[in-house]
Amino acid sequence: MALQITTARPDPALLDLPWSTPLEDWPEHHLAALPRGISRHVVRFVRLSGRVLAVKEIKEDIARREYEMLRNLRRLDQPSVEPFGIVSGRIDADGNPLDACLLTRHLKFSLPYRALFSQGLRPGTETRLIDALAVLLVRLHLMGFFWGDVSLSNTLFRRDAGSFAAYLVDAETGELFARLSDGQRAHDLDIARVNIAGELMDLQAGELLDEDVDPVAISNRIVTRYEELWVELTVTEEFDTGERWRVEERIRRLNSLGFDVDELAITTDIDGTTISIQPKVVDAGHHSRRLLRLTGLDVGENQARRLLNDLDSYRAGMDRQNDDEELVAHDWLTRIYEPITRRVPRELSGKLEPAELFHEVLEHRWYMAEREQHDVAIERAIEDYVASILPSKPDEVSVVGVDTVEMPVIADVPRRP
Amino acid sequence: MLDEPCTPMCAGFSLYNGSSGTFLPVKEGKDAMATVKFDESTRIYPGNDSPSVDRLNIDVQDGEFLVLVGPSGSGKSTALRMLAGLEEVNGGKIWIGDRDVTNLSPKDRDVAMVFQNYALYPHMSVADNMGFALKIAGVDKAEIRKRVEEAAKILDLEPYLERKPKALSGGQRQRVAMGRAIVRSPQVFLMDEPLSNLDAKLRVQTRTQIASLQRRLGVTTVYVTHDQVEAMTMGDRIAVLKDGILQQVATPREMYDSPANVFVAGFIGSPAMNLISVPVADGGVKFGSHTLEVPRDSLKGAGSNAIVGVRPEDVEVTTDGQGLEITVDVVEELGADAYVYGTPSDESISLEGGEDTIAKPFIARVDGRRVPRKGDKIWVQPNASHMHVFNAESGARLSS
Repeated sequence: MALQITTARPDPALLDLPWSTPLEDWPEHHLAALPRGISRHVVRFVRLSGRVLAVKEIKEDIARREYEMLRNLRRLDQPSVEPFGIVSGRIDADGNPLDACLLTRHLKFSLPYRALFSQGLRPGTETRLIDALAVLLVRLHLMGFFWGDVSLSNTLFRRDAGSFAAYLVDAETGELFARLSDGQRAHDLDIARVNIAGELMDLQAGELLDEDVDPVAISNRIVTRYEELWVELTVTEEFDTGERWRVEERIRRLNSLGFDVDELAITTDIDGTTISIQPKVVDAGHHSRRLLRLTGLDVGENQARRLLNDLDSYRAGMDRQNDDEELVAHDWLTRIYEPITRRVPRELSGKLEPAELFHEVLEHRWYMAEREQHDVAIERAIEDYVASILPSKPDEVSVVGVDTVEMPVIADVPRRP
Repeated sequence: MLDEPCTPMCAGFSLYNGSSGTFLPVKEGKDAMATVKFDESTRIYPGNDSPSVDRLNIDVQDGEFLVLVGPSGSGKSTALRMLAGLEEVNGGKIWIGDRDVTNLSPKDRDVAMVFQNYALYPHMSVADNMGFALKIAGVDKAEIRKRVEEAAKILDLEPYLERKPKALSGGQRQRVAMGRAIVRSPQVFLMDEPLSNLDAKLRVQTRTQIASLQRRLGVTTVYVTHDQVEAMTMGDRIAVLKDGILQQVATPREMYDSPANVFVAGFIGSPAMNLISVPVADGGVKFGSHTLEVPRDSLKGAGSNAIVGVRPEDVEVTTDGQGLEITVDVVEELGADAYVYGTPSDESISLEGGEDTIAKPFIARVDGRRVPRKGDKIWVQPNASHMHVFNAESGARLSS
């Protein structure tokens, strides 16, 4: 049987990879990092034409299913890794068939949870990770996706203005339905709870997480956060016809949670004295869509919120409230955002992505201003930040983590002294 | 390794001296009756006209291993998910023991989905990998230890309890995953195609292990597969579904010997049963040149045609002119015997179950010492005592 490559982005360099060798035995020079430990499937990270790909060795039918599922999730605008291709029909040197490989693109600046924990945590990081995972799970459930194996290991995290945004990595057990039943949602949530507790207990056993942290308490947080968010996004509200402002308020509340309302069901009772409203279709990414429309910047939701705040204060500071919003945004982009983010020397550009850096500089400026007891220009803040803070940050552009149960790989990523 | 007899401790049940004088495990308290009952259970997906599971009635006995089998779209996975609480039930009820669980949430049903996730944690010992879910559930340490040790004994994992999973072989890791479900001691195990991501060799091995383990534990189990061989080899009883409708529930033997209809006849058994539409004649059915005797009562209700079913091993090669003439296309030598794949020489006769473009071959198992060659013409007829007759219209079984 001939080697078969299915991909939406054909790259001849794919043919140079040693497909006739079991993934486990691939020579080190192909690998972006050498993972260790045990895994449900063998997973390796390779460099190919300047990008990093995750390669998972898995039965062909399962690979095809997961590939299609990931493509569907991307099409539905869900935060998940990008499928790159499938390689099947592999045969080893002795003519024995080998399992297929599913290729996904490594998500730039994403961090596996184990890498985050091994960096030494800021207090509260574990709860911020859980909160990000709760948002992801709610989004997937609203779309009708049953995950079946929710866990920290099957998620990648990107910094998002001091919080995190979560991305689905493993869709092997997932399934799309027209609508999820309450039982399916409850089951996914229960799987999440048990897996998260298990993963945190494992970190404690490996002395990567402080003994004082309570894995069970943290894992319970996924349930409460999820349920709060679910109710806010789906519940039906009833009020008197005189209180129409509450429609507006509901929409504002959803916007502040980062969701847009695409469809709202409004019904009045027979005598027209009460109104009930229920969001029918909500869409995450309210702030990032607004920022994208205004500036063309495609960043995380919280980063977008942060940048929009800065844009608003720029507008107020320049006294341009009456100008066209798009015009002011364009000026802010070319006069503030771009010059600031370009001030990072090339060798430090792999530390943080630009939007996160901008957020950090704003934070840094605030601390400087507090210390000096007067306003600090953003140009001075970036100078000071690049000189004193950025060099000590770890490189995060391509921290590769591995499948469900691999040991953390962070140690294998070379760090600059 | 796993099929040695169960020691009194291993099942984790208290014992009593059974009336026959042997020790039998007896379950106490909530475990007393872990039967499962699908009672007219129906699932209609929103927007669909026809139910995905239509008035399903199955009684699963306490301790029984029941396999739901069928092609894709048959409703087998939906039925399992209804039992697990993942699918809403639109009609009928579902019972576990004497509890109506129809509207309970998944975690209140006391069922365990086995193998749904089996990530092992590298820094935790095998014992902790098996028992961590109990810790989350707030079970006290001594009790966790006890249950883990019992499960380890059944799974042959005792020597490894203090080791890290890294030190285990692939098969042992799988058993740790089973151990996770066992320590929870649920009333019912649910398994949805658990072997689908294993390679062929490990699949056969794990199949045997699961079946023997289930028998040792005596926990009621509902298992879903599309693979009829898996169903036949594992189940105490098998339920065959098609288009959301239950076709037959029976032991593997009954299912093989007396399939309830043409669908089951063609689905169970490998290679598949030959199914041929033939004219009804006086006192029987016409099979080529021969009239096969069928009791008059059985043919009541049959139209002008009936479907005759004969398994490859029940085909008799006769002398020229007797029965149906077959042209041999392929011969598969197995040593002691051989499978002959052929086409009826009379082109008006075709086999049921073929697709539009691919005709289904007639298959016969013949003596390894008298194997015809490709292109030969042979005459065949069913062994009269192992013949199946079905109504050509409804597909229902006519012969007893």
